[in-house]
Amino acid sequence: MDEDQRRSYWRANTTLIRNLLIVWALVSLVFSILLVQPLNAIRFFGVPFGFWMAQQGSILVFVALIFIYAFQMDKLDRKYNLGKQDQKYNLKK
Amino acid sequence: MSVEIWTIVLVGLSFAAYIYIGWQSRVENSKDFFIAGQGIPSIANGAATAADWMSAASFISMAGLISFLGYDGSIYLMGWTGGYVLLALLLAPYLRKFGKYTVPDFVGDRYYSNIARLVAVVAAIFVSLTYVAGQMRGVGIVFSRFLQVDINTGVIIGMVIVGFFSVLGGMKGITWTQVAQYSVLIFAYLIPAIAIAWFLTGNPVPQLAFTFSDIADKLNKIQVDLGFKPYTEPFVNKSMLDVLFTTIALMVGTAGLPHIIVRFYTVKSVRAARFSAGWALLFIAILYTTAPALSMFARYNLIDSLHNQTVAEVQQLDWATKWEKTKLLAFDDINKDGRFQLTPNKDTNEIKIDRDIIVLSTPEVANLPPWVIGLVAAGGLAAALSTASGLLLVISSSIAHDIYYRIIDSSASEEKRVFVGRIMVGFSLVLAGYFGVNPPGFVSEVVAFAFGLAAASFFPVIFLGIFDKRTNSEGAIAGMLTGLIFTIIYIVGVKFGGMQPWFFGVSPEGIGTLGMLINFAVTLVVSRLTPPPPAEIQAMVEDLRSPLIEE
Repeated sequence: MDEDQRRSYWRANTTLIRNLLIVWALVSLVFSILLVQPLNAIRFFGVPFGFWMAQQGSILVFVALIFIYAFQMDKLDRKYNLGKQDQKYNLKK
Repeated sequence: MSVEIWTIVLVGLSFAAYIYIGWQSRVENSKDFFIAGQGIPSIANGAATAADWMSAASFISMAGLISFLGYDGSIYLMGWTGGYVLLALLLAPYLRKFGKYTVPDFVGDRYYSNIARLVAVVAAIFVSLTYVAGQMRGVGIVFSRFLQVDINTGVIIGMVIVGFFSVLGGMKGITWTQVAQYSVLIFAYLIPAIAIAWFLTGNPVPQLAFTFSDIADKLNKIQVDLGFKPYTEPFVNKSMLDVLFTTIALMVGTAGLPHIIVRFYTVKSVRAARFSAGWALLFIAILYTTAPALSMFARYNLIDSLHNQTVAEVQQLDWATKWEKTKLLAFDDINKDGRFQLTPNKDTNEIKIDRDIIVLSTPEVANLPPWVIGLVAAGGLAAALSTASGLLLVISSSIAHDIYYRIIDSSASEEKRVFVGRIMVGFSLVLAGYFGVNPPGFVSEVVAFAFGLAAASFFPVIFLGIFDKRTNSEGAIAGMLTGLIFTIIYIVGVKFGGMQPWFFGVSPEGIGTLGMLINFAVTLVVSRLTPPPPAEIQAMVEDLRSPLIEE
């Protein structure tokens, strides 16, 4: 990988991290804590929505975020031809 | 068969399995001993991380805590899971790329300084010791409750089992044992939760029963009728700011706990580290989304079956009389009307319920067969033992690897390093056992320490070490020390020194968030005022950022 590729790989990585962390902060800190009172006026089936986000929804989103990151990074590694070499290394061992 | 016999059989079988696995994974070299030879598949590492993470407190006490706190219990649910997102996105892949043995290793190498390494070692030992003391006590309590042995005998049985597989197998033995322990603890947790969900709502999936039933509404109504705040109402026990700070401190602390971070050194590749974090959180989420459902159902069920019942009716409840004997459930007909009332007022309340009985009593309340109760005991022990073993390894590798090998004798042979590692596991085991037998009175109060200190010390230096090439050793040392010292003073001052929580009323549990911000600010400013790190360190950081592993 040359210098330019390195830089654009890193930029793509940090952009992905930033976007996912925005979602992370929205579901947990904003929806489940800061805005929990107004959101509790909305019903999510049998429970108030803010309460559901705090006790179930945010955890489900957290799991999804990590897998999205892992799959997106796989794609990025393939694009920069990093994934294969990584595997080759492992086979060699 | 009786409950006692089932308990002995199930606990005995699970222990035999752990010991067998420990024997199968015995190791000789230091790479196997400290980081399991970096050969753990990502899904197995995920299960091991989950078992390492979920302690006796998660298994036994968390659902009860949430049951009493209602919405405000969400700090634990979000805090102890949300940290994995930070860990997966910001730390784990890069630490795996770095590929050494411990967290202080990273700090020492990245900041080219043995002082930084030492500060990190001291913080790692302090955090882990705080945590392990509580675990050993937990082991003793579970043993004494289910096997009717003395708590101290329980602690010693626990020490022997943990000692066997960690001395012999090091990280490798611990990892495979933890995979087994995860399976035991998750089944033990789910079976009673599924039963109570089925029993109350007719829906066997607790997470769905939580949402698609009217229990939340019914519980809110009962709580209000009895004079409590509604179960789902936020900020009853803590202010919004305190909930926010505590949640962040638990999240960041989770991402900074050395026994969790070190798990990501054990996988094959950077890619495996990314997926492994996902598996870990998925496995944890199975328990952490079940817990709030269990909390709500158990609270509803306890109030519904005990409140306003006559003395004779309560005496007919077999489980109620059983738990009354342990003093964890107490009745007192204060107003002599022949019925027991639950109220928020201490002077008129006639039913006292200890938080710890929520999970432990569920199988009996839901009328489950005796083997389920034995399984819950085995699950609680699996949770406590797996966490204790992970922590013991961190303490021993901090001493054997970071102090002995990296600072004192860097020419030590392979055999000698593993030998010192084994001795140190033994030494930390005795120390942990001592704390289990003679619990320092403050154990339950200092859990906040572990998270606050991890948040205020490790997270910023590791994060900046990867994402900011300009951060140098002066900045990192100054930041870690100010973050640590500030957080320690606040926690000790408020918990033991009678100091008022002066920062907008933020509790000691949440102050780690401010400690972390102070650490970040100090590190960034001091780094900019002092010379940049040497070129080879900047090249190392550059290298960390690409997932290619070249050795």
